[in-house]
Amino acid sequence: MSKGSYIARPNRALQIYACLFLVVLYTPVLFIPLFSFNDSIYVRFPLQGFTTNWYVDLMNRPTVWKAMWNSVRVGIIVSIISTILGVLAARAITRNRMPGQNAIVAFVMLPLVIPGIIFGVSLLILFSRLGIPLSLYTVAFGHLIVCMPFAIATLLPRFEGMDRSMEEASADLGENGWWTFWRVTFPIVMPGIVASLLLTFTVSFDEFIMAFFLSSTDATLPMYIWSQLRFPREFPSVLALSSLILLVSFALVFIALWIGKLGLVDDEDK
Amino acid sequence: MSPLPPIISVQQVGKSYGTFRAIENISLDIKHGEFFSLLGASGCGKTTLLRMLAGLEDVTDGEIVIDGDPMSDVPPFQRPVNMVFQSYAIFPHLNVRDNIGYGLRKQKLPKETRHAMIDEMLDLVKLQGYGDRRANQLSGGQRQRIALARALVMKPKVLLLDEPLGALDKQLREQMQLELRRLQKSLGITFVFVTHDQEEALTLSDRIAVMSGGDVLQVDTPAGLYERPCNREVASFIGNMNFLDAQVVAHADGMATLNVVGLGTVNVPSTDTTLTTGDTASIGIRPEKLTVHLTNPQGDEQGAEGILEMTTYLGERSHFHVRLPGVDQTLAISAQNSIIQGETSDQMARPVWLTWSDGALLVFKDA
Repeated sequence: MSKGSYIARPNRALQIYACLFLVVLYTPVLFIPLFSFNDSIYVRFPLQGFTTNWYVDLMNRPTVWKAMWNSVRVGIIVSIISTILGVLAARAITRNRMPGQNAIVAFVMLPLVIPGIIFGVSLLILFSRLGIPLSLYTVAFGHLIVCMPFAIATLLPRFEGMDRSMEEASADLGENGWWTFWRVTFPIVMPGIVASLLLTFTVSFDEFIMAFFLSSTDATLPMYIWSQLRFPREFPSVLALSSLILLVSFALVFIALWIGKLGLVDDEDK
Repeated sequence: MSPLPPIISVQQVGKSYGTFRAIENISLDIKHGEFFSLLGASGCGKTTLLRMLAGLEDVTDGEIVIDGDPMSDVPPFQRPVNMVFQSYAIFPHLNVRDNIGYGLRKQKLPKETRHAMIDEMLDLVKLQGYGDRRANQLSGGQRQRIALARALVMKPKVLLLDEPLGALDKQLREQMQLELRRLQKSLGITFVFVTHDQEEALTLSDRIAVMSGGDVLQVDTPAGLYERPCNREVASFIGNMNFLDAQVVAHADGMATLNVVGLGTVNVPSTDTTLTTGDTASIGIRPEKLTVHLTNPQGDEQGAEGILEMTTYLGERSHFHVRLPGVDQTLAISAQNSIIQGETSDQMARPVWLTWSDGALLVFKDA
């Protein structure tokens, strides 16, 4: 489409609105890295000078690294399990005609809109009734519920965009269902799988409410940050830590979106 | 020498989706080395029948026998047939060589043999030098050749083709038609070809099954379908045909006498034994089987008089539209311009005389 076409004509007012929108959305977030380099334990203007002390300070705290390690472990397990379950669900939804299919999709997507606190409380009740002690495993279980909609939402378009006759061609050429999955389906949906892994890892890594209800003495990183907010002296270090988390999260989500789109554009001009 | 048993035998095969009957009990045999087409409008069940041969659709009742083996319990990956899909289904993550060699994994061939087979296929479909390209770097015609090579490298007993030329432009389509025919003759493999294009089917096929509403109407050679269509539906689907209402006056010894609107009483050979006196029927006449005369051809016993309403000049041939008394639709007549005496295009609304030879008129009993 040429730039001069009717539908692509730029609209100045909407462009300004779009910029304003992004500014309002991200300005508060930008204060976090800004003050993490400020040479004062108080978060207020004017800035006192540049320092990397808070980052150095962070390096010398084993509890931070322990919490970080907990979050990474939970994130990796949750991202792998939710992506595997997401692949199975997306394949079932796109390949089989099931009765009540739309209802099933809606149910899987529901955790996106149900407040985390409700899931958190109900899971806490369930675990205590069943006598299951709280641990990183219970946190991971909670995260799984939160992450499933993200995994499926990332994988569904990949499966939907895949020509059904690809799998039929593989079967016709002598491969059974298992081999067809590995030789055709899996490579074609691979970008979606990588995107889903990155996205669900990020969601789990940053999740707070489920961890708040379901963790025991082993804190995840957001839990650790929460616990440190009580101590004003620690606040700049929390800002430094938050800045690092922001950076990594942004990077992962951008990579996930970029990989998720790979190949989709190519397939359209068939 | 006793004739070979059919390579494919479709025996009373039907398919239902719930209460919808997609395929009515079809029976047909396909011979060894035959180019066999399934022809019909969209939704007639031709693709469903082809997919049942490949094992991609379940058969609700009846049995498909391929090379002597019943196929009911044989999954698609164990059938001795391969398919060229309408969308070609070229694997986007593999290059051309790997696409063609996809089905060879199970045969556990040495690497050199496999490479030789792929090279042979690249030669066969004239894609030498394209082996390392990706599928999305190729044109529609090239993808179609890969799909063909990928199926043929498996050395199938039957190659199934689902409207493989539908997505190509006219020129490329005609070129691929010739190549398909050449391939089929040189390899001697049975082709089962699905198309909605009657011209394509007539050009390529040894035999054609004309399908409609999930049923096979007629199976015959292209000439057989054109010259001896079994009913009005086949007659109107293959080529052009004029129809006139008629009533059977007498039928004896393979000769029917009919009272035809616009033509009067005519004698037509008919082997349809169910045709009895008093039946209503249709008379079918191909446009090129009528001859137009500007003067009354004396002495010809089979003839009719009409009014020339319009002439369409098409270079090598002309089309005449002639109105017969008592007939709503004008009769279409096609004639080579080399045999037409004098200019006729400026002679509208003048009387003309029509004659035809024996066998030009076909009788179809009305259902």
